[in-house]
Amino acid sequence: MIRPDIFTETATALKNIYDKQLPQLLQLKDWQSKYRILMTLGKELPAFDAQWHKDEFLVQGCESKAWLLHYQDPVTAQHFWAFDSDARIVKGLIILILVQLNGLTAEQLAEATPESLLTELQLQQNISQSRSNGLLAVLNKIKAVI
Amino acid sequence: MNFSLPSLRQQFPFFGAHPDWIYLDNAATLHKPQAVLDAMNVFYSQQNSNVHRSAHGLSQQATAAFEAARTTVAQFLNARFSHEIIWTSGTTAGFNQLVFGLMGSVLQSGDRVLISTMEHHANIVPWHIHALPFGVELDVVPLTAEHRFDLAAFTELLKLKPKVVSISHVSNALGHIQPIADIVRLAKAAGAIVVLDGAQGIVWEKVDVQALDLDFYLFSGHKLYGPTGIGVLYGKTQYLELLRPLLGGGEMIKTVSFSASSWNDLPYRLEAGTPNMAGAIGLAAAILWLQQQDLAAFQQHKKALVRRFYDGCQQIPALELLSGPTTNAGIVALNLKNEHPADLATLLDQQKIAVRAGTHCAMPLFQAINSKGSVRFSFACYNSFDEIDRTLTALATAVELLAE
Repeated sequence: MIRPDIFTETATALKNIYDKQLPQLLQLKDWQSKYRILMTLGKELPAFDAQWHKDEFLVQGCESKAWLLHYQDPVTAQHFWAFDSDARIVKGLIILILVQLNGLTAEQLAEATPESLLTELQLQQNISQSRSNGLLAVLNKIKAVI
Repeated sequence: MNFSLPSLRQQFPFFGAHPDWIYLDNAATLHKPQAVLDAMNVFYSQQNSNVHRSAHGLSQQATAAFEAARTTVAQFLNARFSHEIIWTSGTTAGFNQLVFGLMGSVLQSGDRVLISTMEHHANIVPWHIHALPFGVELDVVPLTAEHRFDLAAFTELLKLKPKVVSISHVSNALGHIQPIADIVRLAKAAGAIVVLDGAQGIVWEKVDVQALDLDFYLFSGHKLYGPTGIGVLYGKTQYLELLRPLLGGGEMIKTVSFSASSWNDLPYRLEAGTPNMAGAIGLAAAILWLQQQDLAAFQQHKKALVRRFYDGCQQIPALELLSGPTTNAGIVALNLKNEHPADLATLLDQQKIAVRAGTHCAMPLFQAINSKGSVRFSFACYNSFDEIDRTLTALATAVELLAE
């Protein structure tokens, strides 16, 4: 059973990260400081029940795993997400994607270019085709709900 | 050390193109010396024609170069005959042909095959695809507590009378060298056909297929300084004759009607389609290049690299070393306690250290040792002590970042 609150709690956490940690990240120049923050972002999220680590939610990377839950608000048609990864950096990167995409409608999702934030943060190499961390697969799955 | 590292590295153009990287993903693929690139360039620019088919003299020239490459490999392995060298696209393709080919003629329902916990997926999945659906059973030699091949358990499992014993020379995930002489001797005494997966082993030490009395031996060109897309399936003539071709068409046929076809002789019977001519010639060039090097010195150097890296890792708190420093062909697998290997590898990548993270095409091995995977550092003759020291510094930085 998916606890419905997970989507509102995740949305709140993502909003807080967008307001607080993202501006910090954008100011940092050296890779160590950026990754230090990136690796702690996951702690801001609500607990993801181990029972949701199911194959039906799994987005397979080669090196690490990610689980993605989806909910669409029937009234506003907004798409909401909750997620987890067994690797901290991948989890941080998914957060940076979803601070931009969470709560968007299909029309808004079609227009979104979440990769540009990663480029601005010089983290874009993590999303290239050759990467087996699954981030590209996560992004494709999010865009596929349209 | 009886070779000069700077002049060795100069023979590998890749390092000139990436002077700021440290490449420790050598178990995935090795870089190529100029001699290999030159041989392939000469083939395409001066010899290119389809082998064995065409009537013209140019084709004969290409065929001669292609068959000379086969002879080079045969001599390198000390095979009795050149026709015992079957070109494949790599070890994985070789295993698929081998397992498919053994079905019926050698393996029937109820027969057993014995592999080890350390096998690469290439020595597991082809059995799943081609053998298990027809009633063949797969047994697995466990690991010792030190993640080594368990010879005592192996001896016990041989009592089940496996028809085929198929074992890797070197574990691609851990670097551990299997006791192949004992394995072959015991397997033969039990009446089994012996297959040795040489993908990781061949660059560590040359294998004499006759002295070891191997029935089949497989390796990949790109893990022996050669090109990708070429590999070798060696088999004793008597066993190769038993293999049913997996692929049909091209040079592998003798006669074809719409109702039936008869097959060509060895080695062509098992080489359907236009072969990877440039690949074969590149692989032969790699072997000829290797034969001019001091292989014993390469081995000593790799042992020293492993030892230096291993000792350095022991100074970094919370690192869990999965590989042992001895009887090791140049691979150290490790984890940082409670952290995902992918995170450690990403932080090394940021510092331009090329390593691999994950389960290294050996998922059952990591299930057996109850681990999510590892970060794998794999060394080659061209790596330096300075690179090891810089890697250890980078590793300490990554560990510090993850510990915060």
